[in-house]
Amino acid sequence: MIPFDYRRVDDPAEAVAAVTGHPEAAYLAGGTNLVDHLKLGIAEPRTLVDVSRLGLDRVEELPGGGLRIGASVRNSDLAAHPLVRERYPALARALLAGASGQLRNSATTAGNLLQRTRCDYFQDVSTPCNKRVPGSGCSAIGGYTRHHAVLGASEHCIAVHPSDMAVAMVALDAVVVVLGDDRERTIGLTDLHRLPGDTPHRDTVLEHGELITAVELPDLPMARRSTYRKVRDRASYAFALVSVAAALDLDGDGGPDAAVRDVRLALGGVAHKPWRATRAEDVLRGMPANEDSFRQAAEAELADAQPQEGNVFKVPMTRNTVVAVLRDLAARRPSGGDAR
Amino acid sequence: MDARIMLRVDGRERTVTVDTRTTLLDALRDRLAVTSPKKGCDHGQCGACTVLVDGRRVVSCLLLAVAQDGAEVTTAEGLADEEGLHPVQRAFIDEDGFQCGYCTPGQVCSAVGMLEEAKQGHPSHVTEDLSDPVGPETLDDDEIRERMSGNLCRCGAYVNIVAALREEATS
Repeated sequence: MIPFDYRRVDDPAEAVAAVTGHPEAAYLAGGTNLVDHLKLGIAEPRTLVDVSRLGLDRVEELPGGGLRIGASVRNSDLAAHPLVRERYPALARALLAGASGQLRNSATTAGNLLQRTRCDYFQDVSTPCNKRVPGSGCSAIGGYTRHHAVLGASEHCIAVHPSDMAVAMVALDAVVVVLGDDRERTIGLTDLHRLPGDTPHRDTVLEHGELITAVELPDLPMARRSTYRKVRDRASYAFALVSVAAALDLDGDGGPDAAVRDVRLALGGVAHKPWRATRAEDVLRGMPANEDSFRQAAEAELADAQPQEGNVFKVPMTRNTVVAVLRDLAARRPSGGDAR
Repeated sequence: MDARIMLRVDGRERTVTVDTRTTLLDALRDRLAVTSPKKGCDHGQCGACTVLVDGRRVVSCLLLAVAQDGAEVTTAEGLADEEGLHPVQRAFIDEDGFQCGYCTPGQVCSAVGMLEEAKQGHPSHVTEDLSDPVGPETLDDDEIRERMSGNLCRCGAYVNIVAALREEATS
């Protein structure tokens, strides 16, 4: 680990000023990913600016029914928040499916969004990796690819984004509030993370120094009927092979074969970004809420899937998980509990 | 780069100068001779270094000591008081919840934090319905296993650890 300065700031603008224009400065929040990267030699900042005490640790109701989640709210607190559990169960479920109790107590909302891939080659500085060292090559292609992307990858990078939380937030139309040197801007969460293309070293569209201050969830009544399912190699404490976040709104009382009035669907573990499944959503709107429709929608989303040798299984696994999640949601009463 | 920090460790105020690269785990073990938190993987994957910071369970290997300046740190050593062992420590002994003992201080701290989370009504991944009330008394074996999944035990004492926490949760 190379030596670095540590600065604790107590104001967002002060934090932004301390990092903008200083390419070797980085933000430190919960540290669960960054401190590991310091040890592994993946990150080598010369200054760490601690942003965990900026007063961004509250969950507030927005006028109109949405929620504003401060960037520093801990994952465990967000998962346990009564309004999240009631109005956005998919988000609570996604958070609870991630990491361990200890890590969720440290990890923050913004840090979770900005965590980096767990690709084995990215994390091993002795191997080429275009994300870690641009232009050095991709060791994953042709290597161990069980955990890699099947959608939206490129010849330069097949890494996946590891977050569970972000998948649920993408499904729930979340918006990220970002403070820069000279302006505040909002970015739809679907647009925050990038596909790798030929610049996989850039995970997001953020400029150096831009600071996420909050995530806003819009009022979304259908999100009360939402959930998150994660398929992984262990029952607990493992990254997703595939995950699905979904919310479903059915016509009328939602009896058998009621039409899908609206739907939100996002996939995790399959791409360089949390993957909003808009193609599947478009197929589903107006269709009867039955297994045939769900399958057709999943297949439409996966039509362009390009698995690697080691993760061919992800395509049928994703399809089946989408079908299972939508089937379960369709069987629930619209405002009933969240029992799985 | 050095920094002078103050930590309240197991009830005692400790002031120490650390390199900014020092983790809380290394500060405790190597600088303050508080050796109950153990270094297992040093990457946040095994839970052996679990301590309570301001009452919440965290892995001390992924926290920079300098960022914890002013924090209240409780290790397994600090859980006992004049009256004897903490009830969770007592339950581990009663149920034979360890073998080699290396992971035990982390398991114990994690369990104390976990029971407090349950007391505050926090649900878990295996909680059937997010609107159901949660408390230590609602923790069945599946809940205990899920909530303790951040602590590995290579001796495989899990069965007795679950038994110890079942006893403690329902007491």
